[in-house]
Amino acid sequence: MTPTLAIALTAIFTAISCAVLGAFLVLRKMTMVGDAISHAVLPGIAIAYLLSQSRASLPMFLGAALVGVFATVIIEILSKKWKVQSDASIGMTFTTLFALGVVLITYWSDKVDLDQECVLYGEIAFVPFNTWTLAGQSMGPIALWSSGILLLLVLIYTFAGYKGLLMSSFNEDYAAVLGIGVGAWNLSLMSMVSVATVISFESVGAILVVALLVAPAATAYLISQKLKPMILLAALFGLSGSLLGYMMSARFDTSIAGGIATTLGIQFALILAITQFSRTS
Amino acid sequence: MFDPVFIKVLFGTLLLASSSAVVGAFSFLKGESLVGDAIAHALLPGVVLAFILGDGRHPGYFIIGALIAGLIAHYGIAFIEQRTKLKSDTAVSLVLSTFFGFGILLMSYVQRTGQGQQAGLERFLLGKAAAITMMDLYVFTGLALLLLLGVALFYKGFQLMTFNEDFAAAIGLPTGGIRFAFTVLTVLAVTVGIQTVGVVLMAALLITPSAAARSWTSSLSRMLLLAALFASAAALGGTFISAALPKMPTGPWIVLVLGFFGFSSLILAPEKGWLARRRRAASNRNKTQRENLLKLLYGAEERAGEPVAMTAGAIVDAREQHYEGLTKTLRNLKKEFLVVERPDGFALTDLGRSEGRRVVRLHRLWELYLTERLGMAADHIHPQAETMEHVITPEIEALIVKELGNPEVDPHQSPIPYEED
Repeated sequence: MTPTLAIALTAIFTAISCAVLGAFLVLRKMTMVGDAISHAVLPGIAIAYLLSQSRASLPMFLGAALVGVFATVIIEILSKKWKVQSDASIGMTFTTLFALGVVLITYWSDKVDLDQECVLYGEIAFVPFNTWTLAGQSMGPIALWSSGILLLLVLIYTFAGYKGLLMSSFNEDYAAVLGIGVGAWNLSLMSMVSVATVISFESVGAILVVALLVAPAATAYLISQKLKPMILLAALFGLSGSLLGYMMSARFDTSIAGGIATTLGIQFALILAITQFSRTS
Repeated sequence: MFDPVFIKVLFGTLLLASSSAVVGAFSFLKGESLVGDAIAHALLPGVVLAFILGDGRHPGYFIIGALIAGLIAHYGIAFIEQRTKLKSDTAVSLVLSTFFGFGILLMSYVQRTGQGQQAGLERFLLGKAAAITMMDLYVFTGLALLLLLGVALFYKGFQLMTFNEDFAAAIGLPTGGIRFAFTVLTVLAVTVGIQTVGVVLMAALLITPSAAARSWTSSLSRMLLLAALFASAAALGGTFISAALPKMPTGPWIVLVLGFFGFSSLILAPEKGWLARRRRAASNRNKTQRENLLKLLYGAEERAGEPVAMTAGAIVDAREQHYEGLTKTLRNLKKEFLVVERPDGFALTDLGRSEGRRVVRLHRLWELYLTERLGMAADHIHPQAETMEHVITPEIEALIVKELGNPEVDPHQSPIPYEED
């Protein structure tokens, strides 16, 4: 497998997974919670790196994802029990946890092979060099595998939980009447977002994963507010944005993650302009 | 430790933290504090473009670049919110992440072309207080003072806009203009703040001091002062810690100390803190349980026409209450000589009888008030009276008695028991 193909496939898998999850975040008005999770997993990643001494292992993914869920729970407690406005709860929680993560990484800098820039915007260009072997046979890049598994997980989750996600996204009260646990669906969605964030971390970093979560889903929402077309469109925009962004970055030799986020932003602006124009004319 | 560099950094961080805290307080109260977070991230492309097009190390270019990017981001969010069906959180996170991504793209371009010292740019991601130059210090001292002056100047306008924008518009305030002024101040505060903590953690400087201050006071002016104090204390603490420990970054430590202040204020603050609220709820529950128990014993006496005692088992049956909770309540009542324990059970003392009578009286008075004055049906009033009997103060009681003309019986024809004196 050529390095180019490995990078492109990793980017596409990650983008589609995030886009599908993002559709639910947009509908639930919880995109900023997704943003908070993407920052909050940092201390989890630092601790997991220190303990497992590896860049990609199952315990690391799970441990870090757990911290993401923990952050969601803190935000819930702050806003529901302690009566802090939800925006302030989010802001307080993620900045404190992110700062803790940076401090931990600095403190263990000789033991943990992570630097601050990588945390912020990842380095998808290094994906082909980080391979793993099974029984002496090279299996290809780790990130490609993990993002592929992520896509599979997200698809299974969406198909299996479609009804619960649909109901709890559009009308919480109605869902509660039908006996669908809104809280449980929230928590499961946030766990999926945490896992997606942790897996995407090395390739695109903490903040650009937010662009992958939000931008395709927001673009899709401009066209259709129905769940099924929205998910399909979001996946499509995620795919086109990551492909075009990658091609642009390869052409101009710039940050791939930055290029993808920029392309996603341009896509949104284009669709926004078209929908605005067609509405007024 | 007290070398000139340390003093310089300390002075810088103190100014930056307190001025951003004051500006952040308004958006905190408006429930829009994450817009500040988005503006902070969105400054990155502006700052890098200023670096590419102009002299990146000159604070003037830097500020202009930041100002333009911040305003575009702010009005971009407002445009998306108004013209599409997307909700505000999506607008904020969309602008935040795509602008930041564009900034990263530009930064990688600058790094690749090897244009100048990109180290100067990287400090905006997580801040680098130690890199503050004398020039920066002069400029940012000026900016911080400008910010405080701006807040002082627009104080009334900001206050009205924060608490009631419609009212502000109705009395003819130029809301658009005030909004613009506020956005400019926010962008300037962020521009100043990212020197120390960077774009990622900037939200903490805007939000956390206010969240901490809000749990100690309800007055706006005192809240602004407290927020500035918390921010200064955190700047002080963070700068000390990062100076004392090797290779520790200043910005994240300031944010951690701030987080500590924020969370402990939310837990510990008197009245609004979580512990105080819990204690209040527990004491209310306690009072309700005591009064219900005294009421029960009084009711038994009333039916029997003479002092009677009830066993704990009989009380549990009548109250449907946990046995443990009951024994605790009984123990407390015994300690205050409201109830005595006799061989045949628990009975009221004179003091307890008077207290039980008061609760029954309030219950019946309120039932009468609901039927007489509010015209409610007699079979709907009991639950309301169950709550109000624990709430009505002696002053209100006197007013109700007067309003109803010293009534003798309640709607169910039970006598209203006044104190026999």
